[in-house]
Amino acid sequence: MTNLPAGLTRERGLQLLREMLRIRQFEGRCAELYGAGSIRGFMHLYDGEEAIAVGVMQVLEPQDSIVSTYRDHGHAIARGIGMGPLMAELFGKRTGCSGGRGGSMHVFDKRTRFYGGNAIVGGGLPLAVGLALAGKMQRQPGIAACFFGEGAAAEGEFHESLNLAALWRLPVLFLCENNLYAMGTALARSEAETDIHAKAASYGLRSEAVDGMDVFAVENAVRAAAAHARSGAGPAFIEFRTYRFRPHSMFDAQLYRDKAEVEEWQKRGPIIMLTTLLKAAALMTEEDFQRLQREADGEVSEAVAFAERSEWEPVEDLARHVYAEVAAS
Amino acid sequence: MTDGTAATRITYREAMKQAIREALQSDPRTFLMGEDVGKYGGCFAVSKGLLAEFGEERIRDTPLSESGFVGAGIGAAMGGMRPIVEIMTVNFSLLAADQIVNNAATLCHMSGGQFSVPVVIRMATGAGRQLAAQHSHSLEAWYAQVPGLRVVVPATIDDARGMLKPALECPDPVLIFEPASLYNMEGELTEAARHAEISGARVQRAGRDVTLITYGASLWRCVTAAEELAAAGIDAEVIDLRSLRPLDDAAILGSVRRTRRVLIVDEGWRSGGIAAEVAMRIVEQGFYDLDAPIARVCTEEVPLPYPKHLEDAALPNPARIVAAVKRMFGNAG
Repeated sequence: MTNLPAGLTRERGLQLLREMLRIRQFEGRCAELYGAGSIRGFMHLYDGEEAIAVGVMQVLEPQDSIVSTYRDHGHAIARGIGMGPLMAELFGKRTGCSGGRGGSMHVFDKRTRFYGGNAIVGGGLPLAVGLALAGKMQRQPGIAACFFGEGAAAEGEFHESLNLAALWRLPVLFLCENNLYAMGTALARSEAETDIHAKAASYGLRSEAVDGMDVFAVENAVRAAAAHARSGAGPAFIEFRTYRFRPHSMFDAQLYRDKAEVEEWQKRGPIIMLTTLLKAAALMTEEDFQRLQREADGEVSEAVAFAERSEWEPVEDLARHVYAEVAAS
Repeated sequence: MTDGTAATRITYREAMKQAIREALQSDPRTFLMGEDVGKYGGCFAVSKGLLAEFGEERIRDTPLSESGFVGAGIGAAMGGMRPIVEIMTVNFSLLAADQIVNNAATLCHMSGGQFSVPVVIRMATGAGRQLAAQHSHSLEAWYAQVPGLRVVVPATIDDARGMLKPALECPDPVLIFEPASLYNMEGELTEAARHAEISGARVQRAGRDVTLITYGASLWRCVTAAEELAAAGIDAEVIDLRSLRPLDDAAILGSVRRTRRVLIVDEGWRSGGIAAEVAMRIVEQGFYDLDAPIARVCTEEVPLPYPKHLEDAALPNPARIVAAVKRMFGNAG
């Protein structure tokens, strides 16, 4: 991103920055809480990729469905899941958005049609195809948006799902967050063809690659892709070229990449770039920036307090939710 | 059953087709999808004619993408539909095991009960047709091990006709295993089909001296064995489990208390199978009701061989069942 879009208002610029900062601040606190032992299990942070979640969610409507991955905090916050229930979920408390049963990798929220973070790479793609099929068969207006990383392109479910969605012209947005590493394996070490969007195009669907560090580029690409899907023309695929600044998970010594490479990507991170450009265009002051950070910090602190004071689910409830307690809707 | 009066004779295949047709007629949310279910008419001809009757939208031929279309069925169920997903056979279900075990079985739990997965997944199972090792599996016990799934095996005409409706009404994922060797079986369709449930075992044949506990194609091996045993003066009760998850402990233990002797017959392999699970439940809850050690007849621990004489020798059959019962009485004095 080298330029702001023509006609960008201060209000709009600050709103996008605020959303990205909310995710960044939330996850900064998650890392601390993980170190303190309040959050356990596997946790995967989204630092560096915030422009994708925020750009995508500017376009999606309430009737659209979302399928996420184990790196799901950013998608959840940008979709409008409250930080309190989200943090409580990471703590494993009963007030969590998944009732505490899922944890960091399995954020669910019926209200926002958020069909879960999925811990099996590629496992969510067929679900999104099915959600889109259900919507189409019921003549509903929504589309299904499915996030996954570039590592999923090596899984059979990726290819099966793209083909099925294209074959049946289903309204699916396939949103590939290509951060170049599947855990510790660089893309070029695992794929003969490293151009993911070209692979997708071979299935006969709309496909493009965009700069995932540029929130405006993300939003524009998603807007066009969503319009395509909503028009009945079938699925669309977007490869977002991005990078994660933190380790894969909290157990990753990052032996597979150079510090210099990380630093190089950090220079063009989504938050720093937007901040710099907004200031240069005199749409935002340093004071504005500090205020946005303080506000996000305050929201995170409230979420942590909510999670801390929330109660544990009683052990007597252990066997609940294995089977549905009410008839399916 | 169609006119609610006289019993009619139909095949297991026809019973299943009637059930699918009724489901499609009665609920616009229901559709059938799977490999060759449409133009071809179904690998076992179960869905023959349904494409012409219901159209492409509701009878969906899929690519050979088991994980893709089973996952799509799960997603469609969460999205408000009531899909019937046909996997050609249990052998191919292993290609969809991720979706069945990691998604269908867990999404209700991991979402704290916000979402449920009302999908029905049908598949053929079992051996006996000289199809060799990759087309003869009986892996229903694997799925029955997984909390979150429901696993049923209709063995009778009534259950083939009757179990689909309650399976579709159930908010949980239900796996229906159809023994492939039974599709051509003919029998009477009775009123009982209207009242079929997807939990609960059933007494197929009442008896006093020994209980044969079984399910699926082995039900009929046990019935044949029971007739032979009757000629030898042993009155065998035959229990059809019908559901492998949940298991009907009350029915199992009730019969054990009456007969005090148990033989479990299971087409799965012996180690770690349904027979082992049923036996352990009897030991836990009814050990002191037993007059003899529990015995089992399972498939021999080999990949199923192609030649008929070897396949026959590997599978449970009436002769093995009769011999096992007679040993039980010999040992018990």
